[in-house]
Amino acid sequence: MTDFTDDRLRARESVISGSRWYWPEFLFWIAAASLFFLVPTKLTLLSEIFILGLMALSIDLVLGFAGIVTLGQAAFFGLGAYSAALMAKHGYGAFLFGIIPVNDPLLGLVVAAIVAGIVGFATSFLVLRGSDLTRLMVTLGVGLIIEELANKMKSVTGGSDGLQGVMPAPVLGKWDFDLYGQVAFCYTLAVLFVMFMLVRRLVHSPFGLSLKAIKQNPLRARTIGMPVNARLVAVYTIAAMIAGVAGGLLSQTTQFGSLDMVAFHRSADALLILIFGGAGYLYGGLVGAVAFRVMQDFLGNITPQYWQFWLGVILLILVLFVRGGILGLLRNGREFLSHPGAAKAGAGAVLRALIERRSPLALIFFKGAAKKVISDKRSERDGESGKGAGGV
Amino acid sequence: MTVVLETRNLVKKFGGITATDNVSFKLRKGARHALIGPNGAGKTTFVNQLSGVLQPTSGTVLLGGQDITGWSARRRAISGLARTFQINQLFADFTPAQTIVLAIAERENKGWEWFRPAGTRSEYVDEAVELLRSLGLSDVLDQRVGSLAYGRQRLLEIAIAVAAKPHVLLLDEPAAGVPESERDQILDVVSALPEEVALVLIEHDMDLVFRFARSISVLVNGALFVEGTPSEIANDPRVRQVYLGEEELLHV
Repeated sequence: MTDFTDDRLRARESVISGSRWYWPEFLFWIAAASLFFLVPTKLTLLSEIFILGLMALSIDLVLGFAGIVTLGQAAFFGLGAYSAALMAKHGYGAFLFGIIPVNDPLLGLVVAAIVAGIVGFATSFLVLRGSDLTRLMVTLGVGLIIEELANKMKSVTGGSDGLQGVMPAPVLGKWDFDLYGQVAFCYTLAVLFVMFMLVRRLVHSPFGLSLKAIKQNPLRARTIGMPVNARLVAVYTIAAMIAGVAGGLLSQTTQFGSLDMVAFHRSADALLILIFGGAGYLYGGLVGAVAFRVMQDFLGNITPQYWQFWLGVILLILVLFVRGGILGLLRNGREFLSHPGAAKAGAGAVLRALIERRSPLALIFFKGAAKKVISDKRSERDGESGKGAGGV
Repeated sequence: MTVVLETRNLVKKFGGITATDNVSFKLRKGARHALIGPNGAGKTTFVNQLSGVLQPTSGTVLLGGQDITGWSARRRAISGLARTFQINQLFADFTPAQTIVLAIAERENKGWEWFRPAGTRSEYVDEAVELLRSLGLSDVLDQRVGSLAYGRQRLLEIAIAVAAKPHVLLLDEPAAGVPESERDQILDVVSALPEEVALVLIEHDMDLVFRFARSISVLVNGALFVEGTPSEIANDPRVRQVYLGEEELLHV
């Protein structure tokens, strides 16, 4: 029999370990902040990447954790963008409670979150039932409706001309948005960080654990007394609010509201970014956003017209051969490194396949061979612990 | 003894097939009851209606005297009716510790907590560890559920149900697919459950049934065929007829 105190430690560790800070996380945020000094000429682009990352994070919450596929997140992004833009446009010179300017950016974000959250809550009931395909179509449908409404309500949204004269008050009453994007950079990064930390707390809480449980087995979740539908409504609403905040950030920092912010391609891009970075890791959206924009820049320089072709190719490779996107690749890489022989076996299999079959697709043998080494090692280890268990 | 779970004239039809045929059944507090019957007798369908996974075509289900026929599986679960599944229903990517801590959090209505990390309530972790130890799962409590041996997964299936601290526990073939050598362990675990919990065991392994049960119901073609103590059932010629009947017909 194993020791009780030891069991307790291992149990606690296994439940709690995910919530603990892992050193690359510190590195990530320090690197993000230091970009302010490292690439002072690209601050606007970086703000945009942070916003993309925040939107991808909202999709990660529903897809990566709760398992709801969505192609309609742009609806909430756009609602947030227009809400914040309208507050900033019409709020100039007006004050809430006599002190808070109505065009205050943070107030704008709160309103953006509330508006997006209300619509998210109302439409969440549509995604409760049905298969992945149904959910994909329902979220797509809601997205298209919101997009078309924004187009038709010209008097409010400016329609295809866009919303001009968006003038947010200085951030915290002190820092006015400048031409170089310095305030925008700090503001978006700070908001992203706060939102990220909240989501991070959330996914490691009992609530977050229950979402992962629902994703894995909704029947079991119900039979342990979990209110599955209410949890899904809650997480969908929260994700809509986060997307709304992301949208608000974009219209505030670009001081413009446009149909592009509510357009379908935004939903697709954000989903792609998340898959790229890796769903279910929290950081996948952020890493994906960076990779996406860097690639867009890089490929755009080589082939300005056909960069999407290469984007497609890379996406296919990632989805077909590397489950879990970039972060999945890193995780696999770490596993390979910690299992001497795995990488060698993989490389050997590729070489053999290249020589014997002369197939350009020889790369696919890498994973199989390497995986086998790792799983052999693992079953060896489990076999040992199994023997230990036999004595219990 | 008080009746904790009861059905009255329960009927379930799938198209033209009557899977549950007018079953009136009573389960008393602390019961050790086995539900047996040949393949296709409708045992799992019956349990599915008790636990709310299926809705009956007609009839009522009562839990503690209260009509729960229209209740969802979830509502029944939080009212003290737990079950295990014939086919494992587990969270493959969790560890057993995570699974049980989550089940306890849901039981204590803490599943909505979104800020405090799971696992920081040491009383839940302690309870989970004690439960897992009592089922002999302590050595694997921090391993991925999906990678556990099948017998271990069957035990975890029981652990999840027990973590809910139910009044009534429905065990749908807990030993199904478990190697002969590990069946005793499952029986030990089931026998060690708190005395006041009413247990219903569905099982094909007659050896297990007769060692466990204090009362037995035989279900045939969806209908309650006969009820009695193990010795009554064992000596009932009609039951033998049901179980051996087809063979005898073949011989004739």
